[in-house]
Amino acid sequence: MELRAYIIRRLLLLIPVLLGVTFLIFGITMLFTPTQRASLYVSSPQQMRDLPAIIEKYGLDKPFFVQYGTWIGQVLRGNLGWSNVVSMPVGEAIVHYLPATLELAIFATPLIILIGIFMGTKAAAHKDRPVDHGTRILAIVGWSLPTFWLGLILIMIFYGYLKILEPERLSVEMEILVNSAAFIRYTRINTIDAILNLNGPVLLDALRHIVLPVVTLSVVNIAFIMRLMRSSMLESLGKGYILTARAKGLRENVVINKHARRNALIPVITVSGYLFAGLAGGAVITESIFGYKGIGWWAWQSAVRLDIPSVLGFALFSAVLFVLTNLVVDILYTRVDPRVRLGAAVQ
Amino acid sequence: MSDLKLMARQLAKNPLSLIGTIIIAIFVIIAILAPIIAPTPGTGRDPYMIPRDGYFATPQPPSESHPFGTTQGQYDIFYGCVWGTRTAFRVALVVIGITLLMGIILGSLAGYFGGVVDEVIMRITDVFLAFPALILAMAIVAVIGPSLRSVMIALCAVWWPSYARLIRGDILQVREEDYVEASRGLGASSGRVILRHVLPNAIYPTLIMASLDIGAVVLTAAGLSFLGLGAPEGYADWGQMTEFARNWMVGPPGEPFKYWYAVLIPGIFILFFVLGWNLLGDAFRDIFDPRLARR
Repeated sequence: MELRAYIIRRLLLLIPVLLGVTFLIFGITMLFTPTQRASLYVSSPQQMRDLPAIIEKYGLDKPFFVQYGTWIGQVLRGNLGWSNVVSMPVGEAIVHYLPATLELAIFATPLIILIGIFMGTKAAAHKDRPVDHGTRILAIVGWSLPTFWLGLILIMIFYGYLKILEPERLSVEMEILVNSAAFIRYTRINTIDAILNLNGPVLLDALRHIVLPVVTLSVVNIAFIMRLMRSSMLESLGKGYILTARAKGLRENVVINKHARRNALIPVITVSGYLFAGLAGGAVITESIFGYKGIGWWAWQSAVRLDIPSVLGFALFSAVLFVLTNLVVDILYTRVDPRVRLGAAVQ
Repeated sequence: MSDLKLMARQLAKNPLSLIGTIIIAIFVIIAILAPIIAPTPGTGRDPYMIPRDGYFATPQPPSESHPFGTTQGQYDIFYGCVWGTRTAFRVALVVIGITLLMGIILGSLAGYFGGVVDEVIMRITDVFLAFPALILAMAIVAVIGPSLRSVMIALCAVWWPSYARLIRGDILQVREEDYVEASRGLGASSGRVILRHVLPNAIYPTLIMASLDIGAVVLTAAGLSFLGLGAPEGYADWGQMTEFARNWMVGPPGEPFKYWYAVLIPGIFILFFVLGWNLLGDAFRDIFDPRLARR
């Protein structure tokens, strides 16, 4: 089983990276005094008042490696410290705010990929003609747009002027309804919960709130996927089997959509995994503009108010999420594209 | 050197890269002539602190004395945007300069010596690349305390690994060339081989890529400033001026676009600055990508 050996090797490679990630985070905390660091180990407001006891308990005046051992032990038990900003343990805050961010990622990822693939294919099929130049300019402008500025403009138009879309996650009435006993929060992902509760108004309200952040997130990323798809398509269109297909007299759109595109999709699929991981790891800027209370919003609030345990807990979480997703994507990749030589992929 | 000429000719032929070059040139001129375009009122003031016209919170529309209007806190938008150009170049040049140096040193050590050195350095880059860049930068800024200097330190921390990898990859190729072997055979020291023979032949693509990253660095720095993690209030910085606009996206009832100048103008500067570099970068990527250039 070559695949199994590959997975085992990848998992082994994961160990130094995760070790390094925790070292880096812990190294950053060592810039602080033991009293400041104590808040990393606190799990309730009561403990916050008795920091010397915490310093004593976790040996915060001991050497680096002893402290690292204690800290990593706490992290593995899920104790990441106390988040002052939202008054709950950091671990709980991550669980509490993650669904909102997942919701964004669930909506944005397919949108980005489908539009990106569509436009990239069009551009490649019409290389050096107006369609290609047009999409290329769109991509460069999209890629250069400051996300935060785009968000402000979208709010100005759709909330201020047209009054059809709103920031935040739900309007006040719906927020009350969602938190009442009549509404069961299965996943804390509003749109999915609304469907499961068969509640039309909540669904509509949730959608009205999610459009702007999803569009803001998408513009930059569509530009990226589009460029990737275009160059991948161009490479694929230069292959011998395309010449064969054309020589057989196949219609051009069959050649483009079947023969060329299927093979060109592979790099895009790989990147989609990273894209989803990146989005789920917190769209800090977007969530901050729209007051969309997901994990990125929480991280932003923590960073601005210098709530260090939250910021570091969040950074650790998003790095682990990112690394694990990359691993899964790479393993799936070997299934999608049998040509990938497993040994080479490790390099 | 005929490579360079060919490249310049290809760039001049492409209208997009030409526009990019013009945009960048305009920004360079704005940055150099900042004291003439937007003179600092009074003497002995830090020219990077935007002069303010009172302390009234609400932005005021463009007028004779404030051609772009004033933003929240009566900071002059025109002055802030002009001097912000200098801030942008400074942040970008410092970050690119330091990360390139780090990347070149670590990348050449890893690429040339291979083995354990390579393994260790590459695992360290893995660790840094395991974090989404903005998130690691945000954490670093929060820990060392928000300021423009912290933003530059944080950007350096997240930016160097990609250059180290690029350099390493190119050095791995050059290392196998006959002239490197010959130089080693003549008894040259490792330092001499790297500095005289390997680096000059490997560094070229990375240098160009890095200089085109100026737009991306400025965009990320502006993002951190927008999050309220950048320069102190009133410092000439595009990101911060966009942050000021946060409270003024929506005007009073009946006038939704009342504060458009406070929202739009600083962002336009960021957009065009980044666009200029990206237009140029896009053209370069085409030239560099031989798989595409051949067709």
